[in-house]
Amino acid sequence: MALLTATGSRNGGEGSDAGTGRGRGLGRRLGRRRAATGVPPVVLAFVLVPLLAEGFWVFWPALQGFWLSLTKWDGVSPPQFIGLGNYREMIHDSVFHTALLDTVLWLALFGGLSAILGLGAALLLQQERRGVGFYRAALFLPVVFSLTATALVWQAMYQPDGLVDKTMSGLGLGGLTHPWLADQDTALYAVIVPALWRQIGYVMVLYLAGLKGIDPALYEAAKVDGATRWQQFRHITLPQLSSVNAVVLSVIIIDSLRSFDVVWALTRGGPYHSSELLSTYMYSTSFQSLRLGYGSALAVVIFVLAFGVIASYLVRAFKEAD
Amino acid sequence: MAPSTANPAAPAASRSARRRKMWGTVAFHGSASLLSVLWLVPIAVVLITATRSFDDIAAHGLGSMPHTFTLGGFRSAWTDGGQQQALINSLLVTIPTVLLSLLLASMAAFALSRYAVPFRRALLLLMLSGNLLPPQILLIPVSKLSEKLGVYDSLYALIGVQVGFGVGFYVFVLHGFMRSIPAEIQQAAVIDGAGPWQIYTRIILPLARPALAALTALSFTWIFNDLLWSITVLRSDSKMPITASLLGLQGQYVSQWNVIAAGSVIAAAPTVIVFLRFQRHFVAGLNLGAVK
Repeated sequence: MALLTATGSRNGGEGSDAGTGRGRGLGRRLGRRRAATGVPPVVLAFVLVPLLAEGFWVFWPALQGFWLSLTKWDGVSPPQFIGLGNYREMIHDSVFHTALLDTVLWLALFGGLSAILGLGAALLLQQERRGVGFYRAALFLPVVFSLTATALVWQAMYQPDGLVDKTMSGLGLGGLTHPWLADQDTALYAVIVPALWRQIGYVMVLYLAGLKGIDPALYEAAKVDGATRWQQFRHITLPQLSSVNAVVLSVIIIDSLRSFDVVWALTRGGPYHSSELLSTYMYSTSFQSLRLGYGSALAVVIFVLAFGVIASYLVRAFKEAD
Repeated sequence: MAPSTANPAAPAASRSARRRKMWGTVAFHGSASLLSVLWLVPIAVVLITATRSFDDIAAHGLGSMPHTFTLGGFRSAWTDGGQQQALINSLLVTIPTVLLSLLLASMAAFALSRYAVPFRRALLLLMLSGNLLPPQILLIPVSKLSEKLGVYDSLYALIGVQVGFGVGFYVFVLHGFMRSIPAEIQQAAVIDGAGPWQIYTRIILPLARPALAALTALSFTWIFNDLLWSITVLRSDSKMPITASLLGLQGQYVSQWNVIAAGSVIAAAPTVIVFLRFQRHFVAGLNLGAVK
């Protein structure tokens, strides 16, 4: 309250500023309520405007998304309520089964490998020494590429006359050369590699910050006690990284379930849905087959899978926000 | 920083210890440079492919050493492939989106961190939760919403949804940062007669510059690199930003790898420049976002 009165007296002359002016006008009208909360109205507006923007583009559409998942809709005629019909259909939809399985595989392989390799890279590059800046930058550089550009880069690598097969032939592994993206058995794995190439640098940066935060005195004490390198890692590094691990886990799961661009750009989920993720299946169902109700239900499945992570992330944020 | 403390005046630094250290250094540089080469090879391949001629690639294969040097691929991608327009579209979307989201987010973060706004914690988490939602749940309603508003297939729709979807995360990060600004600074300003608007523009925003710089670098990259929102609310090729137009290029120039590679280089260049120029902010931004 003092804040606002002060503004009024001091800036009476230059009240041309719209924000301040409106704040003062509102302030007079809402004087009593403001006294109760102690928050100047202009400050409330500061919160409400962004909240409304998010409400309009995110919360309201999200609610609609849940509702649409209970309908059959082609996008033209009005949506037709069918209850849980879409979810019942999923039980017998073999493409859905593939997509769900691939999404779980993606989560385990893309998520697990990027965490392990990101931690490995961070451990290797944690000491400040000559050249380490260059190595870190090299690993990090792909993080700034779009997943689409990443996909195109690797599509060139995977061509029959590209570097991957050429290197394999050069190493005497010519028998293993492959139309990597066109073979149902390898398409999904061939798509994971570019995604990993781009993600590992990101995870490394998170772990580097975590490693920096560990008190060196802990290692000193362990060395005095005669702990081996592995024991130090197992009993100091890993426990000390537990909060970063939680962050990495959330980031990875949320990123995995969102993964779309790299698959879409490389295979569109094919061949024969062999690299189909829930996200790509949802997109093609909705915007190519124009089955908007079923597409919404697929989106709800993705939401349900992500829900646990979102909730735990929010709980941590809640503790931190205090 | 660790090695200096881990290296006390050891009694009689023997020759074997020194040799072990040398081998350690060799092993480190050996493995680290191998890893870096592995990471940089695809980038090198694309840069080389982009400057080869089509005939060269057709004759010698994608994986061979270059026999030609030409910028023809870039020319095709830039003019015939529509990358020039696409890059302009990208900047037309990215720059206003970054500015608008950070403006809105800094306002909300300021209010939530410096005033006893009722339900502040719940509001903060509500806003953050919006950003954590899988975008898939929003795609269909957002495309229908923009149709209803008459902004479907226009860059405004893209700006709107990107601002709405991103703002919650930026609020959360900026809130964490602004909370740590000492209350005394604000109190002094209040005594001098400053209102919320002055405190926001003259005190908190300047002090939050490191966080804002980090988020600017980060959000520029995210928004610039987006594909999903673009293909959801846009239809015409002439309006697509550069990431989406790469898919068009991929379809238009099937197996003309020099053009596709050149297109990828053009699409990646702006974010690489931002990264190299603001590397420190960028890395700081990634860590700011991590909830400990």
